[in-house]
Amino acid sequence: MPIEFKLPESIERQLRDVQVIAEHVMRPDSRYLDEHEHERPWRYIHAMWPRMKEMERANIAAAKKRALKKQEALRAAQTNGHGVAVMEAPPAEEEQERESIANLSLIHMIEMLSWGDAGIYLCIPGGALGGAAIQAVGTPEQIERFLTRYTEGEPKWGAMAMTEPQAGSDTSNIQTTATFDPETNEWILNGQKIFCTNGKLALEESDGLVVVWATVDKKAGRAGMKPFVVEAGTPGVVVAKVEEKLGIRASDTATIIFDNARIPADNILGDAEVKTGVGDKGFKGAMKTFDATRPIVAASAIGVGRAAFEFTRDTLAKEGVRMEYGKPRWKLSAVQADLLEMEAQLRAAWLLTLKAAALLDARKENKLESSMAKVKAGRAVTIVTQKAVELLGPLGYSTEFLVEKWMRDAKINDIYEGTGQINTLIVAREILGYTRNELK
Amino acid sequence: MYSFDMTPEQKMLVDTVHKYAEKNLRAVYREAEESKQTPEKVVQMGWELGLLPGLIEAQYGGYGEYSALTNALYLEEMAWGDLGITLHLLTPNLFAIPIAQFGTDQQKAEYLSMFCGDSFPRATAAIVEPVVQFDPAELRTTAEKRGDEYVLNGKKTYVPLAKQAELFLVYAQENGVTQAFIVPATVSGVKVGKRVKLMGVQALEMYEVEFENVAVPKANRLGGLKGIRIQRLLTLSRITLGALAVGVARAAYEYALNYAKERVAFGEPIAHRQSIAFMLANMRIEIEATRLMVWEAAYKYDAGEDATKAAYLAKTYADKMVLEVTDGAVQVLGGHGYIRDHPVELWLRNGRGFATLDGAVVA
Repeated sequence: MPIEFKLPESIERQLRDVQVIAEHVMRPDSRYLDEHEHERPWRYIHAMWPRMKEMERANIAAAKKRALKKQEALRAAQTNGHGVAVMEAPPAEEEQERESIANLSLIHMIEMLSWGDAGIYLCIPGGALGGAAIQAVGTPEQIERFLTRYTEGEPKWGAMAMTEPQAGSDTSNIQTTATFDPETNEWILNGQKIFCTNGKLALEESDGLVVVWATVDKKAGRAGMKPFVVEAGTPGVVVAKVEEKLGIRASDTATIIFDNARIPADNILGDAEVKTGVGDKGFKGAMKTFDATRPIVAASAIGVGRAAFEFTRDTLAKEGVRMEYGKPRWKLSAVQADLLEMEAQLRAAWLLTLKAAALLDARKENKLESSMAKVKAGRAVTIVTQKAVELLGPLGYSTEFLVEKWMRDAKINDIYEGTGQINTLIVAREILGYTRNELK
Repeated sequence: MYSFDMTPEQKMLVDTVHKYAEKNLRAVYREAEESKQTPEKVVQMGWELGLLPGLIEAQYGGYGEYSALTNALYLEEMAWGDLGITLHLLTPNLFAIPIAQFGTDQQKAEYLSMFCGDSFPRATAAIVEPVVQFDPAELRTTAEKRGDEYVLNGKKTYVPLAKQAELFLVYAQENGVTQAFIVPATVSGVKVGKRVKLMGVQALEMYEVEFENVAVPKANRLGGLKGIRIQRLLTLSRITLGALAVGVARAAYEYALNYAKERVAFGEPIAHRQSIAFMLANMRIEIEATRLMVWEAAYKYDAGEDATKAAYLAKTYADKMVLEVTDGAVQVLGGHGYIRDHPVELWLRNGRGFATLDGAVVA
């Protein structure tokens, strides 16, 4: 595809729909849910659920098809005796078209929802990160068994539990264990997970599930780390705490304790075998999902940033301070120059995000680009929202308006899904061609 | 769609220009800067690439059509080679591009063919004025209509290659609005003054030029009765300069990156330290972001959309970015970065030029 900067019509249509929700469902509840931290944004949840069900149906069908093909290829490789997997057949044309803008479309939607409210947005029903992991590595049977729930009935949530008290960015230091019990043919999980987004919604407030990362062999390091599906209602699984946060207060951030929690043998995603010699494929798989999720976080960041920028710009315009594009710099007032800088920062971050998502849609390597987008967006909105509070003076700092909240909300984007520093480290390693031992 | 791949044709062009920049500009950039002139041979070879005729339609002697985007792609490569020499090579564009974009059919027919020949055309433009508060939309040089003529009065500076120029495109305000006028060097009242000495881009000869009661026929008003739209021209200038800034920044970033991998301190390459590695990572992020902003503005311009805002944001961002990146490169090299044996000090000086040159370069 040649260089082009044009919003596809289908995304434009979708955005019009999402904007209505952002404006009329999310914004009116923004302040209330910021002040009532553990209440749920039901208006938003009910507005999104029918849309999400439909989206999940399509995603799951496509994932199942891919998983089936993989399985067939694997069987064929085993029967042809060469041990070489047959090339995956390309997806059918219409599916290709839908998939070719799936990530682009997603980041646009998330940018708009986060413009509405970044905390409420996170309460989006559906499989979320947990569902994505199952779609990526699950067998056709697992996809069917675990994900059908997201296409029917009442709203349900999915979550991913990775972080532990002693393992934040250092995910390879995970202490939660999974031990196989051959007698009952079950895995037994023990440990504690923290900062699990939508953990309570997934495990206690709906018939959802959480994908939990645990080690089957501590000595094996990264190679021993495996993802397990834990469904709501599993005995031995307790949501011990819901965090109180600086921002995105509408979002549920849970601590989950696993105390001899037993799950069926085939709730493990991917291969159970620890292949130390072959490398750390399971762990790499987890890291790979970041290439897809970091542009999403970047998009969310930019949505908050845009909300703050637009409010500041429009408020100042009423005071007679107008943006002017084209004048020499010396003709701008300090405030106009600040506004210009805010807008340019957001655009810079957004274009990096678009590129990271477009590469993902094209099924091309995007590790560098997704970390670049995340670094830039996290930092840009931190600066932009802080500037917005400053420029609006007493109005900016007041809880009468949402600007101070947006500043608090924005900050999370520079932290989760890899802090700005971790992502800068990834960018640095990529451009220098260094391993994690060469650049610590 | 949003997509980011060059066409095979664009890729070929970019490769060609990159090779030229690598083989020629990089070979002489220091000598050109210190001797304050661009070698004739490099100019001729640059001209033979045929870049400008590639922007001019066949009916006027060229073999292409204008594309701000394709332009931006190869301008980055040229500036990566050397900014001073690139600005020398782009000097004929300052005259030809406004003619091609705003000229009447007659003006195009009359002037564009001289930009499609074998030798480097002797034409330039005068826009910048020697005032602190320079604004291309509010010029002090005036154009007054007297009968069938326009009479120009005012002082210009930063006029590239003015001494050898046969034709000037002179920007002046006519009843408060910026317009452009074609002025042959031979018209009485055109006085090329002293050479301007600058902090960087010294390979490019620039002059002060005074216009004193310079009378030209009314047919020399660019665009005829319609005239020009200065904001549209500035938009093009911002896209051009943005692309050049990305090229300069990329040169500095690549040089610093390689240096940091080779320079050993405390027993290991300095790039093994986060303090250095993170600087490089941020340079890369900012360069990439700016490039995309420039491309977006260029795409909009080519698509006939209003690119004013996109170009303004891109240029504003690029001005700051290029200064940060080139300064960072000097910093990565430490003491060595300050020494003229390495190019980074020159790139920092050149990088500073972008904010000043707003409106002065169009390609």
